[in-house]
Amino acid sequence: MIDITFGLNGETITITTHPLRRLLDVLRDDLRLTGTKEGCGEGECGACAVLLDGRLVNSCLVPAIHLEGRSVMTIEGYRKTERFSVLSEAFARTGSVQCGFCTPGMVMAAEALLRDNPHPTEEEVREGLSGNLCRCTGYSMIVEAILLAAREGEGLWSMPSDR
Amino acid sequence: MEGISRPIKRFDFDDKMSGTALYCADVTLDGMLYAKTLRSVKARAAILSITVPPLPEGYWIVDANDIPGKNVVPIVSEDQPFFAKGAVKYIGEPILLVVGPDKQTVVDLLERIRVAYEEVRPVLSIAEAEQVRENFIFGDTPYFFAYEYAKGDLSEAAGRAVRVFEDEFETGYQEQAYLETQGIIAVYENGRVTVSGAMQCPYYIRDALIQALGWPEERVRVVQLPTGGGFGGKEEYPSLPAVHAALAAVKTGRPVQLVFDRQEDILCTTKRHPAVIRLRSHVDGNNRIIGREIDIAIDAGAYAGLSGVVLQRMMFAANGVYDVPHLKVRGKAYATNNVVSGAMRGFGGPQAAFAVEMHMENIARALRLDSFAFRQRHFLHTGDTSSTGGLFLHDIKLDEIAAEIDRISGYRNKRTVPRPKGKGKIRGIGCAFFFHGCGFTGSGEESLIKTRVRLRKCPGNTVHIFVSNTEIGQGVLTTLRKIVAQALDVPVETVKQTYPDTDDCPNSGPTVASRTIMIVGKVLLDAALDMKKRWHEKEFEIVRAYEYPGNLRWDNARFQGNAYPEYSWGANVVEVDMDPATCEVTVTGVWAVYDIGTPIDKTIVRGQIEGGIAQGLAYACMEVLTSENGMLRQTNLADYTLPTSLDFPRIEYRLIENPFSDGPFGARGVGELTLIGAAPALALAVQQAVGRGVTRLPVTPESILEMMDRDD
Repeated sequence: MIDITFGLNGETITITTHPLRRLLDVLRDDLRLTGTKEGCGEGECGACAVLLDGRLVNSCLVPAIHLEGRSVMTIEGYRKTERFSVLSEAFARTGSVQCGFCTPGMVMAAEALLRDNPHPTEEEVREGLSGNLCRCTGYSMIVEAILLAAREGEGLWSMPSDR
Repeated sequence: MEGISRPIKRFDFDDKMSGTALYCADVTLDGMLYAKTLRSVKARAAILSITVPPLPEGYWIVDANDIPGKNVVPIVSEDQPFFAKGAVKYIGEPILLVVGPDKQTVVDLLERIRVAYEEVRPVLSIAEAEQVRENFIFGDTPYFFAYEYAKGDLSEAAGRAVRVFEDEFETGYQEQAYLETQGIIAVYENGRVTVSGAMQCPYYIRDALIQALGWPEERVRVVQLPTGGGFGGKEEYPSLPAVHAALAAVKTGRPVQLVFDRQEDILCTTKRHPAVIRLRSHVDGNNRIIGREIDIAIDAGAYAGLSGVVLQRMMFAANGVYDVPHLKVRGKAYATNNVVSGAMRGFGGPQAAFAVEMHMENIARALRLDSFAFRQRHFLHTGDTSSTGGLFLHDIKLDEIAAEIDRISGYRNKRTVPRPKGKGKIRGIGCAFFFHGCGFTGSGEESLIKTRVRLRKCPGNTVHIFVSNTEIGQGVLTTLRKIVAQALDVPVETVKQTYPDTDDCPNSGPTVASRTIMIVGKVLLDAALDMKKRWHEKEFEIVRAYEYPGNLRWDNARFQGNAYPEYSWGANVVEVDMDPATCEVTVTGVWAVYDIGTPIDKTIVRGQIEGGIAQGLAYACMEVLTSENGMLRQTNLADYTLPTSLDFPRIEYRLIENPFSDGPFGARGVGELTLIGAAPALALAVQQAVGRGVTRLPVTPESILEMMDRDD
């Protein structure tokens, strides 16, 4: 067991855990942040996607020891942001949420995509979501949502990130 | 379109969007224990002994000996045990649970359990099952179900025919691959057991609990939690983990959570049935199909499950949307030692549509006829009778559907453009017509399900819907409210509905068979109209039951009459590029036209269309799932490849306006229809590109290479 200090949704926390414990288990089981989902446990589905220093990672593949000094953003933190509100509105209008199980990971993927590229093309959006599986929608509505959010949230993603 | 079609924000949106919706695995209760399942690693064997290591304090084993009632899943044929006892019939069959407070310790204990098996020669395919003469898996036949039905006089038609055409088609497994794996929590308190979790059919689970526990229904409660997709995979299967978790909760006196990991979920849960379909068509001198024989064999796996009902639907759909006066249709659901096949979106329809659409195309090609016009000439019309002799009472708009699909896709034009020769990709385009019967077979909605709904008017003029239909992503928490609100002419926000709970929701049937809107929605609409008449009263309830329409009839012994209360219709066009060097197929265009009556919320319907088509396209060309020696070879999402955002282009679709007079605000079913036509349309496109007949799904680069090496 080791002590690890890292940023989580804007706060600095210290946890005592096994160095190889999955970030996904740290979040879900140890910290009770269950917005991040487990769909496969093998990095294939993206349901467990979170931001690590602003980059999209599958939390089922990140061992706790990698967290030291770094910053993690999950849906629980992200949902308090203005960017989330814009994405939420766009997801609602396009019908991008059905069963909802992929949604938190999809939202984190959308944020990672837009902070890299505030004005993506459809192809770039499809590329940016390609690590996140959705079995309900066939993706086009989610792609539309992100294009819509990029337009409606003009300026939001061009500014320095709020992490 | 009516006002009801205007999209509104889903009532389950905010919780799901923000990650606050609590799915089964997100729930932790005080003192909760975790359970994992020990499963058979043999396809067919006697269990000689089970050796369990010493259990630390607080850890438990739960097995068949803990079942106070009957160790038999209550489903069509009562052949499947909740826990295997003495013998196993498929790899993945549950034998026992290990239960305890620490997940890792539970897994470690599970790995140290030793089972001594004595293997029995397994039956591993339809072909092997057809040869079995002894040591049957089920009763004294190699199959669970064998059916046949006829229409007209086939031998008379065969006598008149001048040409006969025969084809044989084969389809593979498909995994539902809901993003949330199976998950159940059971709590035992004050002599009652409460089971909650991921499910499509709370009352199926309730009946399973009653049977396993031998308890009266008052002691059993089932509550749905937010559910991460179903697609049929959470229709009958959850009865197993639900009973397992309930037995563990009763034995330990603690809440028990049983959540599958992905590999376990793929390995041991139900799949779409592999099928072999043979068609033989008799054509007269006017190039008209006058008779057809259809022979279907499906791999049901080790237990009967829902295979009989799936087989029936496949048989009723196998002649497609065509009017063929003389028919003979036979089907068998074979018992094998493969994983149990079961419900998946389309429920036999996709296999049938693939076979008949390929066959129609092949006949037209052999007759040197335009296959689009050839199929049009055989379209069903209002006033015709179905394969089972049921009169089609409502408008069939196949001609409009055909005209519209051609208009938006340019199919007929593109189809005749010669394929470019030489290097570069080869283009192909395919078109499929299809239908789907909405609701239960025949009069099952009344005789089997006895669908009931309850509406309560509360002080303050709010209305509460009580039904057992589950929200699995398809929008039922929104669409049913819209129907009731519109009928009462009240704001939709004043109509309340929660995830179903058997304590206060009557049995309005399972959430399957594209029935929720058309059947349950209609009963709710009628209940709301009753309520409206008494609206001046402050607080009261309306209970309504489904009534089988007087203009329908069904003889379930002979399969004669109206096989379904009503049908939805559609056409798909798929365009592909095939790389001749790698045999890889890229889908470059998808078009769709549907007649689903009035859409109850156009955005939700769009979700059903686009998601269903993606599953159908992937069924046709991506989702390879094969069994070798009874063991599935693809057991994770790396090997079993689901479509990503990059795999398919945008879909262009239209809805034909054709309100259904017996549906709520004109609506018919949509959920399954959208999956059915994509596979034949894609296969026909590949067939054109390759220039050889596609006889098997899925089509893969390997299967295309085989086709190209074949002498046709």
